[in-house]
Amino acid sequence: MALQFYGAEIGSRLMLGSALYPSPEILRRSIAASGAEIVTLSLRRETAAGRESAVLVSLIEEAAVRVLPNTAGCHSVKEAVTTAQMAREIFDTPWIKLEVVGEEDTLAPDPFGLVEAARILTEDGFQVFPYTTEDLVVAEALLDAGCKVLMPWGAPIGSGRGLNNPYGLRSLRQHFPEVPLVIDAGIGLPSHAAQAMELGYDAILLNTAVAKAGDPVAMASAFAKAIEAGRQAFEAEPMAERDMASPSTPLVGLPFSMPES
Amino acid sequence: MTVTVNGRPHETEAASLQDLLEELGFAGRKVATALNGDFVRASLRGETVLNDGDAVEVVVPMQGG
Repeated sequence: MALQFYGAEIGSRLMLGSALYPSPEILRRSIAASGAEIVTLSLRRETAAGRESAVLVSLIEEAAVRVLPNTAGCHSVKEAVTTAQMAREIFDTPWIKLEVVGEEDTLAPDPFGLVEAARILTEDGFQVFPYTTEDLVVAEALLDAGCKVLMPWGAPIGSGRGLNNPYGLRSLRQHFPEVPLVIDAGIGLPSHAAQAMELGYDAILLNTAVAKAGDPVAMASAFAKAIEAGRQAFEAEPMAERDMASPSTPLVGLPFSMPES
Repeated sequence: MTVTVNGRPHETEAASLQDLLEELGFAGRKVATALNGDFVRASLRGETVLNDGDAVEVVVPMQGG
């Protein structure tokens, strides 16, 4: 079945962040190579941006992708809600990637603020994509607050560690089989992304792993392949793991053995 | 009066948020605004009165992850 976020059908299971690229041109080519249909953007003070913003906006418009604005860097419910409201006006979309930072070293989400902000924004008509952890209780609370997508971390933002807690992520997938789940943050390699997809995750949101690669455009393409392969593997239903060997070559008719009676 | 714009003090006699944006050269540009932490939609900037000490945020799209 096709992937849907809030009723919007999405063809590509790779979602791409737009930060940290060596140049706008490399960002443009990375988006194209990734096949992403959704690109994340943020809002910053005008004084810090200038012409850069206009270049970015026209690049994104030409790429004809859906924009998923974020509330990155917000530490309180109030900041996140106001940022989301500003983003909705600027980008003309009800979508918001909701981040409420709870801790500086890991940039771990603040689950209490996240749930509260998600509730306020949903009541205000937003379609919230919450950046969360793999915690089942928090996930339940976010769904209860009106979220119809969850975006648990693989590992801390920008760490490139892959899936820190595969058990927890598998549990989350099994517990919410019908909810679109996106791994957001912590992915470093295409193999990490493939692993998440093999677990049954619906999509991957990447940024640093592509932007900070030696060749971002080639890495974007590598991720696209890995994510597609991982999804295909999930749909093909992987074999069950076992501890002991199980011969793959048939034993019947094995030379030098005793014939079966 | 003195207001802060994006964290920096700014002397102005602008009567409204809209006037302030024009004074700052943002007229016609795609920005979003907040006053004292609350979002102010574009259609309300003209009737949003500024007071001494107000904190104004003016934001634009930027790269993000």
